[in-house]
Amino acid sequence: MTETRPKVVGFCCERHAMDSATLAARSGKEWDASVRIVTVPCSGRVDGLHLLKAFEDGADAVFVVGCLEKNCYYDTGSIEGRKRVDHVRSMLADLGIEKERIEMFNAASTNAWAFAEAANRMAEVAKRLGPLEPGGGSK
Amino acid sequence: MIVAKRKPMGDIAKMVAPYKKVAVIGCRSCVAICLAGGEKEVKMTVSALKVRNRKEGREQQFEALVVERQCEKEWVKEVEDKVKDADLVLSMACSLGAQTIADMYPEKIVFPGLDTGFFGVPEEQGVWSEKCVGCGNCIIHLTGGICPVARCAKSMLNGPCGGSSNGHCEVNLEIECAWYAIHERLRLQKRLDLIEAVMPPKDWSTGHAGGRRTYVREDARLTQHQKKGKEGAQ
Amino acid sequence: MKAGSNLEKVLDSGQFAVTAEIGPPQSANPAPLTHHAKMLRGYADAFNLTDNQTAVVRLSSIASAAIIMREDVEPVIQMTCRDRNRIALQSDLLGASALGIRNVLCLTGDHQIFGNEKGAKNVFDFDSVTELSVFNTLRTEGKQVGGEVLKDPPKVYLGCAENPFATPYEWRGARLAKKVAAGADFVQTQAIFDMDMFEKWMDDVRGRGLDKKVHILAGVLPMKTAGAARYMKNKVPGMIVPDHVIDRMKNAKDSKEEGIKLCIEQIEHLKTIKGVHGVHIMAVMWEDMVPRIAKEAGLLPRPTFE
Repeated sequence: MTETRPKVVGFCCERHAMDSATLAARSGKEWDASVRIVTVPCSGRVDGLHLLKAFEDGADAVFVVGCLEKNCYYDTGSIEGRKRVDHVRSMLADLGIEKERIEMFNAASTNAWAFAEAANRMAEVAKRLGPLEPGGGSK
Repeated sequence: MIVAKRKPMGDIAKMVAPYKKVAVIGCRSCVAICLAGGEKEVKMTVSALKVRNRKEGREQQFEALVVERQCEKEWVKEVEDKVKDADLVLSMACSLGAQTIADMYPEKIVFPGLDTGFFGVPEEQGVWSEKCVGCGNCIIHLTGGICPVARCAKSMLNGPCGGSSNGHCEVNLEIECAWYAIHERLRLQKRLDLIEAVMPPKDWSTGHAGGRRTYVREDARLTQHQKKGKEGAQ
Repeated sequence: MKAGSNLEKVLDSGQFAVTAEIGPPQSANPAPLTHHAKMLRGYADAFNLTDNQTAVVRLSSIASAAIIMREDVEPVIQMTCRDRNRIALQSDLLGASALGIRNVLCLTGDHQIFGNEKGAKNVFDFDSVTELSVFNTLRTEGKQVGGEVLKDPPKVYLGCAENPFATPYEWRGARLAKKVAAGADFVQTQAIFDMDMFEKWMDDVRGRGLDKKVHILAGVLPMKTAGAARYMKNKVPGMIVPDHVIDRMKNAKDSKEEGIKLCIEQIEHLKTIKGVHGVHIMAVMWEDMVPRIAKEAGLLPRPTFE
């Protein structure tokens, strides 16, 4: 069986990120079905190891959505989240894995578009770069 | 503590590529504190290598392990089976740990996953800086508790040099001039007289320049008889 | 007389001394040295040959000195602590003395990160102060650091540098005191642009009685452009260039002329400061200006002795 749909994992904080996702769903926004959401209490709770494991277990693109940095529900959580994402990105870049495959986004709960945009952007990246497998990947 | 940092992932990947079974062994001491080779760093390194292998279609087996202190044989012995089972040991301890494993199991290939740097302290979370070079003859009682051998780029004993700029070192304007700091400290303590006299040339033979050093506590050593007793008990 | 050098004679006789610098070439060709020596003979009492300055590999100071001596020009060799340990330094001092070199400037040395061999292993067995004290013991007692006493000690006149414009400013008088205690006969200061600050340092120096124990040669450096002035202010650690100096260079119609004019004014003023016994002209990359500066600052003719 050929699995053509890429796997994209998005870690979303229970606060502004999920609010944005819920608002997106409620207002009829669409996002790519290849995106799977993992909820976390705070984007700062996401550890570098979680991001790496997602790739290990088959994700072709991974993202994190947290509150706007000036407005994080847990004060500095989304700042930490961004640091983790940046750190893992540089580790993977050094191993020849494209930088675009991992990204951090910030959303306000009143943004219906923020979550959908993040999800679609990463799905597009995963499709464009191809699966993280031999033969896949950008030329 | 000893401060080290992980080698670039690309270099590590190249080093381990030819081996089928890799034991990646970290340490819970110094390198865990400087976030280079503790349990988390070991797991992340292994995970990143697995992601690379997924991309490149490479089959490799990794064991992610940590010992309490890799420079001590007793702790290393606890993972002996895993060491013996591996084609390659990637040590994520400082070079002391890597060399300990290499010396204990001379037939095993052991690679360093870290670049060991210096004796240092955490200045703030995430930042560690060098404060001692192990000269073997500590003089910080003469310099207000600040080591000029380690913290002055020229290891001056009668500093500062003419390049001290706004209290910073000419070599790196982001770091303090050690002698500026010494002056400030002794001024605070009203002990500037300590640095008014000429400090004579240092005897470097107590440091690494004198050759590889070994310190011994004779009273702690085991006699032949005691060693035999220990072996017998095992 | 410690060494009988020309510089020593000028200073001992109470006359205002002049030293200048010749930068050795980045090559094995001695011709530029010979050229500069011929051009500058008679315009200063002695000429410094820098020692791999800013850690850039150049024809060595001692070899350069031997080359200019062929043109009857007196050298001041510089010996930094960056590249040589105590064995090499003491050995080189013996060699320099044997070649007839009589003036030695003791410096700690610029760190190798500034130069073109950044991967070099530096030495810094000594700093300038310990170097002075070791050389002083060697010339007066013939005794090495390690204790062995040598026959026929070196005959040298010892100098050092001092920078009134490096931090901590309030320590720079005390630091000179250390160098004097270690055996310095003369001092060449870093290039002066902030005259007020220099005068403050001289107050401290005189207050400690150092002007009676050591000969201070005030450093001057003629600038070509406002850009050069700004570079020194911002990029050279331990150099202070006040804004009014930069403005003067910027507003000048001919910045090179202005730079020379400024240098001459500085020398004229320095002559009047009690305790300043000479000038050290660092005409970096502009050695051919030294004759003009010496002439227009009223420093000629240079004294001669039998």
